[in-house]
Amino acid sequence: MSRLLVCPPDYFGIEYEINPWMRRSNAVDSDRAVRQWHQLMLVLEQDVGVVLERMQPIPGLPDLVFTANAGVVMGCKAVPSRFRYVERQKEEAYFEAWFRAQGYDVLTLEKGLVFEGAGDLLGFSDGWFGGYRQRSDIRAFSILSEWFTKEILPLELVDSRFYHLDTCFCPLSGGELLYYPAAFDRYGRAAITERIAPERRLAVPEDEALKFACNAVCVGKQIVLPAGCPHTEQLLASRGYRLHPVPLDEFMKSGGSAKCLTLALN
Amino acid sequence: MQDQETVILQGHIIDSLILAKVLDTILMLGGTFDLQDVQIGKTREEPSRARIVVRASSAKLLGDILHAIQPHGATVENERDCRLTEAPADGIFPDEFYATTHLSTQVRVNAQWLEVEGIEMDLGIRVDQARLTARTVPMGEVKRGDLIVTGREGVRVIPLQRPRDRDVFSFMESQVSAERPHGHIIGDIAKRLVQLRAGFREGKVGSKVLLAGGPAIVHAGGREALAWLIDEEFIHVLFCGNALPAHDMEVDLYGTSLGYGHVAGRVVPHGHEHHLRTINRIRAIGSIEAAVKSGVVKTGIMAACVRRGVQVVMAGTIRDDGPLPGVITDSVEAQAAMRAAIPDIGLALLVASTLHAVATGNLLPATIPSVCVDINPAVPTKLADRGSFQAVGLVMDAASFLRELARELDWKP
Repeated sequence: MSRLLVCPPDYFGIEYEINPWMRRSNAVDSDRAVRQWHQLMLVLEQDVGVVLERMQPIPGLPDLVFTANAGVVMGCKAVPSRFRYVERQKEEAYFEAWFRAQGYDVLTLEKGLVFEGAGDLLGFSDGWFGGYRQRSDIRAFSILSEWFTKEILPLELVDSRFYHLDTCFCPLSGGELLYYPAAFDRYGRAAITERIAPERRLAVPEDEALKFACNAVCVGKQIVLPAGCPHTEQLLASRGYRLHPVPLDEFMKSGGSAKCLTLALN
Repeated sequence: MQDQETVILQGHIIDSLILAKVLDTILMLGGTFDLQDVQIGKTREEPSRARIVVRASSAKLLGDILHAIQPHGATVENERDCRLTEAPADGIFPDEFYATTHLSTQVRVNAQWLEVEGIEMDLGIRVDQARLTARTVPMGEVKRGDLIVTGREGVRVIPLQRPRDRDVFSFMESQVSAERPHGHIIGDIAKRLVQLRAGFREGKVGSKVLLAGGPAIVHAGGREALAWLIDEEFIHVLFCGNALPAHDMEVDLYGTSLGYGHVAGRVVPHGHEHHLRTINRIRAIGSIEAAVKSGVVKTGIMAACVRRGVQVVMAGTIRDDGPLPGVITDSVEAQAAMRAAIPDIGLALLVASTLHAVATGNLLPATIPSVCVDINPAVPTKLADRGSFQAVGLVMDAASFLRELARELDWKP
């Protein structure tokens, strides 16, 4: 059974601006955010059937809710993130402590080598992709590749609105890729084209990409995605996936959605 | 000076097209690269690794390129300073001394790349740490305690760039063949001589033309053409031995070279003595310069050299008669005198002398175009084998070469 790490949004809010989505003036409706988060958890547990591991929220760390950036986990190994921005660097210790408390074999990257966890490292069983330039340093991937004995093809993220790989790139359990091509340069698009057969590449239109249609959680044939992306839903439904749209617009104010709010633990 | 830096790119750089992106970026920004070493992972999981030498025409451009490729993972290779070892005694290099090539070379001292001055093959490199300079030094000139570069670490050799001029020197081929037509080659050399003379007259650095020649120039009948080239300021430095000036002045004084009537082409009675009498006469006068200035020697190569103030280095050998005053009989001293004349040379003509052609070739940096003319193909071949891209070999008679070259420049014999 799939396990996901989540963190309740008790202290979630816009307290700083570190991506183009964040505006301190665009205040989060806390009650609504809490309701949306609980609905997401309900869908994940009841409809998708995953096991949720809840982290303790910490005052002053509004983005701890985005557990996709806790680090990356494979088997019994965990690599905690090294955040690019000082605002999120305070989260590192909590995520690392959580991994240690759970008994993971924690591998740490050298200080200064930025890497923002599963937000920038996604993949299929036979090979992974790493998003770089916006938040993660490409050099981290050659180290992670060695630690996990996995191929990691780095993809440059060229649009600051899609600042993490998981905002524009979502590998699905059936081998398909849901993605927004314009978030990559021609080298990245060519690398994707070379690796993934045309019938498996599902391109999301711009308007839905901007609603973070790609920031979806796929477990087996179930997909949880932000509400309001009909074209994407249709595309996925035609491939036999069962869709669970959840309104998550309070979290979009911070540049995050379904996938950002979870971390796959196995 | 070309600026360069070696970078390492590793990881899954092939299928992700990161390597392609980095190389494209270098070219797009106006740099060039050398892919020195690419190790491709044998499995999909295994990473690949590329060692790339990035070159740019200026330090600023190089900086811009490095700045642009670093986000894609290109990491400047860990560089170390060169190793410096004190010379154990005068005239002796430390063990493992770095032996130079004739290509531009840089050494890293205190984290800074220094251009090695006076580049020449088969020398050592002496570093002045206080002034942060590096210079080649011949074995015989090293002093005890001099800091000499040892090993290969912190030393980099800059390969020759393709010359910009579109002439015979720009083909970067060192083929030597008696079967190739000479006309266009001599035409290109003539064009260079005209350009260099203009530069020389403006006092431009690197505009001097060197001719290293043997007595066959005189014997075969190239004397007048060479004297004209000197008079017209196409030649600015002359390297020769004892024989070339001896026979040149013999023609002036006796009308023979090595006893042959210069015009009639017949052996003249007692002609074999003429060069000895010539040498004796000049020795009595005291110097070639005095012989020319006093009007004793009026025509020919040496007279033209004196008139035009051409720098002449005469290096003696064990078979010399006399020798003439001014001939340097200590070969190490002669080498030093030749070396001192090299820095301002823009073109070298090595004509009809194995000894002087090879000795001069060894002193020349690879960046200086050179033409080697000899009837024996072994000589231009030997020179070409040094790996100078800009070395042109002509298998032909010295006199024919000089006369054709002079005619190309409007000489009317």
